[in-house]
Amino acid sequence: MSGFVLPTAPDYAGALLLARDVTMRFGGVTAVSELTLAVPQGSIVGVIGPNGAGKTTLFNVLSGFYTPQEGDVIFAGKSVRGRKPYDICRLGMARTFQNIRLSQQMSVLENIMVGCHVRRRCPWWMAPLGLPSYCREEADIARKGRQLAERVNLGDQLHEKAGSLPYGAQRRLEIARALATEPRLLLLDEPAAGMNPQESLELMYFIRHIRDEFDLTILLIEHDMKVVMGVCQYIWVMEYGALIAEGGPEAVRNNPVVIRAYLGEDMAVQHA
Amino acid sequence: MSLDMFLQHCFNALTLGSLYALIAIGYTMVYGILRLINFAHGDILMVGAYFVFFGTFAFGWPWGIAAIMAIAGASLLGVVMERVAYRPLRDAPRISALISAIAVSFFIESLAVVVFTGQPRPVLQPEWLVSEWQVWGGVRILRLTAFVPAMTAVLVGILLYIVYRTKPGLAMRAISKDIETTRLLGVRVDNIIAFTFCIGSALAAASGIMWALRYPQVHPYMGIMPGLKAFIAAVFGGIGSIQGAVIGGVALGFVEIMTVAFMPELSGYRDAFAFVLLVLVLLFKPTGLLGERMEEKI
Amino acid sequence: MRLNRGAILNIAAMFLLGCLLWQAESFLGDYQIYIGKLIFINIILALSLNLIYGFTGLFSLGHAGFIAVGAYVSALCILAPEQKEMMWILEPIIWPFSELFTPFWASVLAGGVAAAIFAFFIAVPVLRLGDDYLGIATLGFAEIIRVLIVNATAVTNGSLGIKGIPSHATLLACYGWALFTLIVLARLVFSNFGNVLRCIRDNEIAASVMGINVFRYKVLSFCIGAFFAGVGGALLGSHLSTIDPKMFNFLLTFNVLMFVVAGGLGSLTGSILGATVITILLEWLRAIEEPMNLGFVELPGIPGMRMVVFSLVLLAIILYRREGIMGTRELTWTRIFAFLRRHKA
Repeated sequence: MSGFVLPTAPDYAGALLLARDVTMRFGGVTAVSELTLAVPQGSIVGVIGPNGAGKTTLFNVLSGFYTPQEGDVIFAGKSVRGRKPYDICRLGMARTFQNIRLSQQMSVLENIMVGCHVRRRCPWWMAPLGLPSYCREEADIARKGRQLAERVNLGDQLHEKAGSLPYGAQRRLEIARALATEPRLLLLDEPAAGMNPQESLELMYFIRHIRDEFDLTILLIEHDMKVVMGVCQYIWVMEYGALIAEGGPEAVRNNPVVIRAYLGEDMAVQHA
Repeated sequence: MSLDMFLQHCFNALTLGSLYALIAIGYTMVYGILRLINFAHGDILMVGAYFVFFGTFAFGWPWGIAAIMAIAGASLLGVVMERVAYRPLRDAPRISALISAIAVSFFIESLAVVVFTGQPRPVLQPEWLVSEWQVWGGVRILRLTAFVPAMTAVLVGILLYIVYRTKPGLAMRAISKDIETTRLLGVRVDNIIAFTFCIGSALAAASGIMWALRYPQVHPYMGIMPGLKAFIAAVFGGIGSIQGAVIGGVALGFVEIMTVAFMPELSGYRDAFAFVLLVLVLLFKPTGLLGERMEEKI
Repeated sequence: MRLNRGAILNIAAMFLLGCLLWQAESFLGDYQIYIGKLIFINIILALSLNLIYGFTGLFSLGHAGFIAVGAYVSALCILAPEQKEMMWILEPIIWPFSELFTPFWASVLAGGVAAAIFAFFIAVPVLRLGDDYLGIATLGFAEIIRVLIVNATAVTNGSLGIKGIPSHATLLACYGWALFTLIVLARLVFSNFGNVLRCIRDNEIAASVMGINVFRYKVLSFCIGAFFAGVGGALLGSHLSTIDPKMFNFLLTFNVLMFVVAGGLGSLTGSILGATVITILLEWLRAIEEPMNLGFVELPGIPGMRMVVFSLVLLAIILYRREGIMGTRELTWTRIFAFLRRHKA
C-alpha cells in the first residue's frame, strides 16, 4: 500500500545503526535485555510495544544518555557505546523527545539555530571580534534556520516564542531543530503523540518527505498504529525490554504474539 | 598529644558538632519537603540567641524561662517567614525561592543591626554551667561541654518521635515524597509545612541559645557562618535525612576541632574546611551519606 | 558588518556620552563623579553575573571571590615596588609581586585574567552540580578565596588590606571598560553562541542532543563572566583606593545579584538599568541613616536602616515582579521609537 518493497530481515552487516545484544539495567530492573536491532541505510523503521516496554530507554541508550551494561551500539561502522550524547550527535545522529524539549523562552528561529551550532567552524572568540568569516557563517546559520522553519511550515512564526506555539507546531519545530544538526539518522520518539488524525496523516507524509529530501534514515517509536503501519518499512516489537517480533507492517499486524502483547490474552483469543 | 588532651578535644568536637547538628536538622527538613535551602535559617539562630540575651539581661528572667520564650519567639518568626516569603513562591522556579530566602536573611540581619545595634554583646553564663567537671583522670571539661550534647540528644529524640510516631510527622514524610499526592489525600499541606518551619526554627533557636552560652557573645551576624556550615553538614549527611543531618553535624564538628588540634598551623584556614568538605562530598557522593538518589527523567 | 539605524544610533549615543563624561568635571561635583564611577563599575559586575546566571542559568554566588581576585591582582600590579615594600608589615612581600609594576590598563586585564583562571579551576569541579547546590558550592569557594587572602600575608598583606592604590579609574576609564564589557557580551550573547547558552539554561538535555558540549560551554560562560567580574574588581579597587578581605564578603555578591534580578535575568540593558537605579537608590538611602529635620520634628538617623530597605526591595521584586524591570527583553531603539510614537498619537 505504501509502495515500498517490504524487506525481509534487515542486513545486519550493512546497517547504518546496529544495536547488538544491548542490556540496560537500573538497579534490579532490566529495562532492555539482550536486544538486537538493525536500521538499514535509507529506511524508515519503527519500534512499537506497550507502555513500559523499554522503548524510550532504548532511545536513550542509542543517543548516548545511558551506557548499556552489556552489548554494543554501532553507528555508521563505529562503536558509540559510552560516548557522550553531543559526541554522537556530531557523528550524525539526532533525536526528538517524547515530552517536547524546546527552549520555551526562545524564538522558533533561535531554537533551530541552536541545532546548527554543531556544524559551525568559527570558534566562540570570533564573535566579539566580528571577523568577516565569522559574520558570514552567522548569516549562513540564520539563512539555514529560516529555510528549515519554512520546511516545517513555521516560516510565518519565526520570531514567535517556542512555548507559545500549539502542540503540533512544537513537535515540528523539534524535528526542524534536529534536522539542523545535519543528521544521517533521525530518532523520533512518539512524533504523533497528542496529534489529531489529520495532523498524524500530515506527519506521515512529512516523515517520508524529509527522509527523501535530506537523505535520512529514520527510526521511530510510535503508539499511533496508523502512522506506524503507514510509514514504516520494517517494525520491531518490544515487550518487557525484549524483542518479541519483527517484520514488515503486514506481518507484524497479523502476528499473534504481537496481538497478545497489545491486547492481552483474552482479547487475543476473541480477535483470532 | 596526650590521651587526656585528645579526649578533651573529643568533647569539644562533640559539643560543636551537636550545635551544627541541631541547625542542620532544620535545613534538611525544609529541603526535604520544599527543595529549598532556607538561607535565613542561620539568622533564626541569631534571633533566638538575642531573645535569650534580652530575656536574661534586660528582663532578668531565669535562664530556663528565657530559653523557652526565645524558642517560642524564633519558631513564630520561622512560621511568619514561611508564610510571607516562601509560600507565595511555591510554584515559582526554585531559584526564585532561594533568592527570596537570601533577601529574608539579609532583612533579618540588617533589622537586627538596627534594633540591637551592630555591637557584639557579652552573654552572662549561668554559674553552674561554666563550672569545671572532672570526667575522668586529667580530663576536665566545663559542664556546658557535656550539657550541650546531652540536650541535643534529648531534642533529637523528641524530634524523631514526632516525625516517626505522630500524624503530623507522617504527613511530613509523605510530603517529602510527593507533595501533590499528599495534598490530594486530604492533608493540609500548608499547615504541615508551617509546622516543619516551626520545628526547624525551634531547633535552630535552641542551638543559638547554646551557641551563645558556649561562645558567650551575641551579634547580628553570628548566625551566618554556623548556618552555612550546618547546611554543609546536612549535605554531607545526605540532605533530607534527619539522622544524616545529625551525623553530618557531629562529623563536621570533629573535622574542624581535630584538624586544628593536630595541625595548629592550619587554624587560620578553619572556616574553609567546611567548604572543602562540601566540595569533596558533592564531587564524590553528591547524595551524602544517607541521602536518597534523585535522577532526572529523560 | 551592516550598519542599520539601531547600530548607528548606538554608536552615536556611546560617543556622545563619552564626550559628556570627558567634560564631566566642569559640571559635576566630586560626589556625583564618585557615584558615576560606581555606577559604571556596578554595570560591569551586573553584566558579568548576568552572563553566568541570566543567560547560562548557572546560579553562582561566588562573584565576590572573583571581584576580590581582580581587585587584589590589579592592586599588586599598579602599586610601585617601594610602596609595597613599605606597606607589607606582617610579612615582606614575595618575589614576582614585589617587582611587578604595570600600567593601569594592563593591571585591569591582569585582574580579569587572574579571576578567569580561578574560575576555571572552580568550574571544573562545581559546574557538574545543579541549581542551589551550585550556589552553595560557589559561595563556599568565594569564602575559601577570602580565607586564602587573609592568610596569604606574603602576597595580600592579610587582613590589613592594601591602601593607597593609585586612583587611575577615572570616570572616563570606568565608562570605557563598561562599554568594552557591554560590547563583548552583547556580541557574544546576540550571536548563535548566545542561543546556545540560553538553550543550555532552558533545557540542558536538549542542548546535549543538539551536539553541544554543555559542560564546555558552561565553563566558558563561567570564565568569561569571572573575567569581567575581575575587571570590575580591579576598577573597584582603584576607585576606592583601599581594599581589604572584609569588603569581599557575601554582601557584595548579594548586591550584584540584586542588580541583575532587579534589571531582569537574561537582559543586558536590564542589567544596565538595574545597576544604575539601585546604585543611585543605595546612595539616596544614605539619607535615612542621617538625622532628618522635618521642620517640626527632628528624627534621629538610624544606622543600618539602608540595608533593611534594600533587602525589602529585593524581597518585593522577587515576590511581585519576578522578571525584574526588563524580563528577558532588551531595550532597543526600535522599542523606544515605537513607545514614543504611541505616546505622541
